[in-house]
Amino acid sequence: MSASSSLHLHVPEPSARPGQTTDFSYLKLSPAGAVAKPPLDVTAAQTAALADQLVRVLDDDGNAVGPWAEDIDDQLLLDAMHAMLKTRAYDARLVIAQRQKKTSFYIQCLGEEAIAIGQTLALRDGDMHFPTYRQQGILIAKGAPLVEMMCQVLSNAADPLKGRQLPIMYSYKEHGFFTISGNLTTQYIQAVGWAMASAIKGDTKIAAAWVGDGATAEGDFHAALTFAHVYRAPVILNVVNNQWAISTFQAIAGGENTTFAARGVGYGIPSLRVDGNDLLAVYAVSRWAAERARSNLGPTLVEWVTYRAGPHSTSDDPSKYRPADDAQRFPLGDPIERLKQHLVKRGLWSEERHEQTRAGYDAEISRALKEAETHGALGSELRPGPAEMFNDVYKDMPEHLRRQRQQLGA
Amino acid sequence: MSQTELPTGTAPMTMIQSLRSAMDVMLARSDDVVVFGQDVGYFGGVFRCTDGLQAKYGKHRVFDAPISETGIAGAAIGMAAYGLRPVAEIQFADYIYPAYDQIASEAARLRYRSRGMFTAPLVFRTPCGGGIYGGQTHSQSPEAIFAHVCGVRTVMPSNPYDAKGLLISSIENDDPVIFLEPKRLYNGPFDGHHDRPVVSWGKHPGNAVPEGYYSVPLDKAAVAREGSQLTIVTYGTTVWVALAAAEEAGIDAEVIDLRSLWPLDYDTVMDSVKKTRRCIVLHEATRTCGFGAELVALVQEHCFYHLEAPVERVTGWDTPYPHAQEWDYFPGPARVIDAMRRVLED
Repeated sequence: MSASSSLHLHVPEPSARPGQTTDFSYLKLSPAGAVAKPPLDVTAAQTAALADQLVRVLDDDGNAVGPWAEDIDDQLLLDAMHAMLKTRAYDARLVIAQRQKKTSFYIQCLGEEAIAIGQTLALRDGDMHFPTYRQQGILIAKGAPLVEMMCQVLSNAADPLKGRQLPIMYSYKEHGFFTISGNLTTQYIQAVGWAMASAIKGDTKIAAAWVGDGATAEGDFHAALTFAHVYRAPVILNVVNNQWAISTFQAIAGGENTTFAARGVGYGIPSLRVDGNDLLAVYAVSRWAAERARSNLGPTLVEWVTYRAGPHSTSDDPSKYRPADDAQRFPLGDPIERLKQHLVKRGLWSEERHEQTRAGYDAEISRALKEAETHGALGSELRPGPAEMFNDVYKDMPEHLRRQRQQLGA
Repeated sequence: MSQTELPTGTAPMTMIQSLRSAMDVMLARSDDVVVFGQDVGYFGGVFRCTDGLQAKYGKHRVFDAPISETGIAGAAIGMAAYGLRPVAEIQFADYIYPAYDQIASEAARLRYRSRGMFTAPLVFRTPCGGGIYGGQTHSQSPEAIFAHVCGVRTVMPSNPYDAKGLLISSIENDDPVIFLEPKRLYNGPFDGHHDRPVVSWGKHPGNAVPEGYYSVPLDKAAVAREGSQLTIVTYGTTVWVALAAAEEAGIDAEVIDLRSLWPLDYDTVMDSVKKTRRCIVLHEATRTCGFGAELVALVQEHCFYHLEAPVERVTGWDTPYPHAQEWDYFPGPARVIDAMRRVLED
């Protein structure tokens, strides 16, 4: 190359577009059981190699192998399976409800169910999740009331958020689920602040921060990692790398030839890269990170490698920017299928029970939606009244809002 | 007034000392109050507003932060959502923009979007305003961009007594408060006469500040000078400019110090304009879409049939804040006097 050659702007591209076949070799994979389990007081530098590998527990045959395969309670694994099936049924039904114009909008987490659910089961009541819009599994694993969640999606008269919020932007303090914002990554640094507060008060609670691969490019991601490291905040910094930010491949977010886990190491935060479709790995790593946080050992960053199997949202058509069969070809498979294989192998589950459970949730979700619809749906007369629009802007309604409410005749 | 004549339980304080005293009082009153920001911990702040607080309350309560305004704001919101009452400092109002998303999209809306489940009882303190040869990025008055955000309160004191009382009220308030501190007034009042010696708060009659707890209510304006001929609605440094202008011109102006910019005190403003029938709005910030535009609109809506003349605006020009042309930019007494004469001629 001569010194006088002209410069060239590099714009990353996914390996395949519609009609082509994705080459998933860009994902650095490790065999199940191959990655070490470091001590709780590991340093960031000691995790540098781990941030480039992939913690996996379940092998291709559904066996739990390696140092991260730990004594996980049978009932917990069954609970996880139930929550994953329920979440998938919930998503599927609400996508249909959006097509039926009962709601304006919906976002599913198809293929990512193991991550939010596995971590939730590893945390305690009182810990606070700062989720994005794709961690509905947290609420379902926590047993949040389905009908009420649906009322929020339908923005109906029983909507707990009184019709103020776009569908799926839930808020459930009692379930440790922080109010969702449309502004990406803002919650990441807030989670760190919450964790700092817990430390300031000498509490025992920890925070879980959630962000997607695309949103790591926001400035708040950098601020969160800096603050978490500086103050050794008791927080788990989750990066859900589902390879896509709407139409944008994760390489455009800065994922080309590197990992998001590696970023954490650079900030001085012990970081792991984990198979996000392996419930056992999700649970084990989350438990480890939670224990670190609770032991005053500080934050942990975890990149969960998964695949956004569904459209970004009900307003999105992925066939315009990626191969239609991508999810089937993704090397880490489907989290429900993989856990099923493991549970069946251990005699804890069966095909029949699986089908029965799945069908049971389909029916339960349908019943719940029917009940939610009795309180109204998008565009129906049954909706939160206009006076609700003016409440909660401030703790007490100021004079200008009283005037405006009066002007509206509400 | 000499120090011996100060009322019992008060001490002469500059605005810096009174703000520090407010934080000291509130840190002592509640374990939930924490103070943090760039250089506020060990060093005590670049303006000394937090001097000694870390030594007194410890590093868990008063601490230094990385240079990240969005980080400071976002962390404060997280702490507030947990249940603390953070008082976070942004070193200059000119540098609050990186935190704007956290303030406008998050702090302001936490209560609304969660239906009161999560709240942000926090204060962002930030030094604002010009008149100090601060140039473009140490002189700005960004109050209008916060007054436009529903869900936050915007407050600006003009003297040590109000500064402490309003800051205490802001810390106690359950809504997020943008607390703008005119740095030109930190050490003494300033009436725009840059060519005259500056008087420090130590020699000013308005420097007696109670040493203990007290509060000045939010949403309540103060009548800084009673008058009959016209009303000047203003806040911050230009309160002193308006007072000087009225005295020098011999015009009996009523000067309203808003103190709380938004939500504001309708009655005090409207009652005054209905009485004087003439109004000038005065602020340092740039003119177009400045907070003055809202004040003019409100006066026009509420006092239309009382007005004898168009409402005048005396503001900074629609330019970035210059360095060498400081006194051509800053709305000093001469410009206010011109405006008063025009308003009275009509």
